[in-house]
Amino acid sequence: MALLDVNDLRVRFETHHGTVRAVDGVSFSLDAGETLGLVGESGSGKSVTNLGIMGLVPSPPGVVEAGHVLLEGRDLVQMSDAQLRGVRGNEVAMIFQDPMTSLNPLLTVERQLTEVLELHRNMTRAEARRAAAKGLDEVGIPEPERRLEQYPHELSGGMRQRVMIAMGLLCEPKLLLADEPTTALDVTIQAQILELMKDLQERRGTAIILVTHDLGVVAGMADRVHVMYAGRLVETGPIGSLFKDPRHPYTRGLLQSVPRLTGDPDVALDSIPGQPPDLAALPPGCSFAPRCSFAKPTCELDQPALDRIDSQDTRSSACFETQNLPGESHQ
Amino acid sequence: MSGAILEVRDLCKYFPMGKSGWRGAGQEWLKAVDGVSFDLHPGQTLGLVGESGCGKSTCARTIVGLYPPTAGTIRFNGNDLGSLSPRGWAPYRRKIQMIFQDPFASLDPRQTVGSILTEPMAIHKLGKPRDRRLRSMQLLEAVGLNPRHLYRYPHEFSGGQRQRIGIARALALEPEVIICDEPVSALDVSIQAQVINLLGELQQQFNLAYLFIAHDLAVVRHICHRVAVMYLGRVVEVADRDTLFANPSHPYTRSLLSAVPHVDPEVESVRQRIVLRGDVPSPLDPPSGCTFHPRCPERDQVSGDRCSVEVPILQGSGSGDQQRTCHLDT
Repeated sequence: MALLDVNDLRVRFETHHGTVRAVDGVSFSLDAGETLGLVGESGSGKSVTNLGIMGLVPSPPGVVEAGHVLLEGRDLVQMSDAQLRGVRGNEVAMIFQDPMTSLNPLLTVERQLTEVLELHRNMTRAEARRAAAKGLDEVGIPEPERRLEQYPHELSGGMRQRVMIAMGLLCEPKLLLADEPTTALDVTIQAQILELMKDLQERRGTAIILVTHDLGVVAGMADRVHVMYAGRLVETGPIGSLFKDPRHPYTRGLLQSVPRLTGDPDVALDSIPGQPPDLAALPPGCSFAPRCSFAKPTCELDQPALDRIDSQDTRSSACFETQNLPGESHQ
Repeated sequence: MSGAILEVRDLCKYFPMGKSGWRGAGQEWLKAVDGVSFDLHPGQTLGLVGESGCGKSTCARTIVGLYPPTAGTIRFNGNDLGSLSPRGWAPYRRKIQMIFQDPFASLDPRQTVGSILTEPMAIHKLGKPRDRRLRSMQLLEAVGLNPRHLYRYPHEFSGGQRQRIGIARALALEPEVIICDEPVSALDVSIQAQVINLLGELQQQFNLAYLFIAHDLAVVRHICHRVAVMYLGRVVEVADRDTLFANPSHPYTRSLLSAVPHVDPEVESVRQRIVLRGDVPSPLDPPSGCTFHPRCPERDQVSGDRCSVEVPILQGSGSGDQQRTCHLDT
């Protein structure tokens, strides 16, 4: 059995512009120790998918309309708040993008770390303090005892993100949801944090869902990638084959529009024409069709389903024209 | 140097911080920019890269006159700007424009696009109102927006479109130099590529010189002709783009480049990163000697304590006009 099974998750937001289907029927599963990269641009629904898994969709205006999130067979969507509190921070932990706003500025590092341990592990204050110091040490924070006494504002951005990661890992969760964990950090600090996450995953076998817009970060971290566009998964597959031969026009456009450190820098970048769609007024057919250079008129009639596209059963694409796309690297 | 449209020499910008000692005798200074020099040529782009807090944005703001420089000279076509009064600045402000990072915060939400674009022309008394409106329409067209959107408000546009409005505003006064402060870092990749291409086209069309500030090295590689790397207020390496990316000579540049994730899982799985220890030190109390020495992975290749004592100067290192500040042997 997979560690996590997300089945037809649907989250909508009622806004004064109309109903926004931020997550529109997302299904996937994740095994223990696996890293899944969830990529897409702003508004594609990748963060809301994570919030939906954690039961943290702000309501109102958000509503989890349908779907099941099975963690080892138990449905998180059906759980009561009290039951969920026993899971959050314990079996499933989350790391947020901005370590400045997601740590409590009024509490010392010690209090923020020991809280989860006292709650979930019934530790005494002294035991929790020792465990917290050990946790900080594990994420490479020098002088953990002194850091415990400090407040978040006394730490640098990289340090704060380490504290967030330490907090997430204290109860040895089976699943870690990392929402843009390094986006607010400089590249040299990002490199440190990514190494750290990989190292901790190898030691503990934690499964990670990594939400990011940075295709480079995904390339280095993930085993599998799911690409989201306008609330839906448009392409999924193992990292290597998906990056080498993207079979959805959006994935292709995305990969071609990233500036790279290799290749000819004087050639203009391929960009995806147009703008990301207005989620409150999506076209009836394929949401990407208006920007797609491979679209046929019929693409605007129905929504394409996410279908298997290879014989090994590892890759899927939600595109009517997938089989007709010109081959790229496998000619 | 001849031919440069903008010459910056030994530019310093210090900010006064809290006072210490008896009656504030010991004034502390934050040296945000500490002796930066470079030339910018017409039709060329100079990239200014570095991590947060390295002084690249302060450098930009000092050059456009938003901060008075503490020391050093800024020459535009040979005229010293540093000594000018705000009134004296006016004719040069036309020639040096700026594009900001945040397309949401840098446009007045209560002005229509038309008034955002015509306001600078009105201030500089260019043309009649009708000519200004006509020019705004041409500008919108030049940046790939619909000229009929003149009467819309910024909130009606997406992030990428707003950044185009910001670019059109910068172009309104026919500048020769545009300071781009992280112009694409707030945009999604598909939109980012559009804006990068647009900046390139406009440069060719109007022979613009860009000072391009960014932290994303892959973006810099696509748009810049020459690149200066900053660390704690100083330029540590400057070189032509191809030289810098193929053959970085300062240990900081090397580790910065090695830290950038490649968009290729095969490269990523075998790549060796130089992971720097620790964080960037506080610019309030920068390390002695070479400010990079506490984090430098190649420090043990320099004998003795030269790195922690002697401040390295910017000098040639090997090929062409590549320069760096480092005690390592070339």
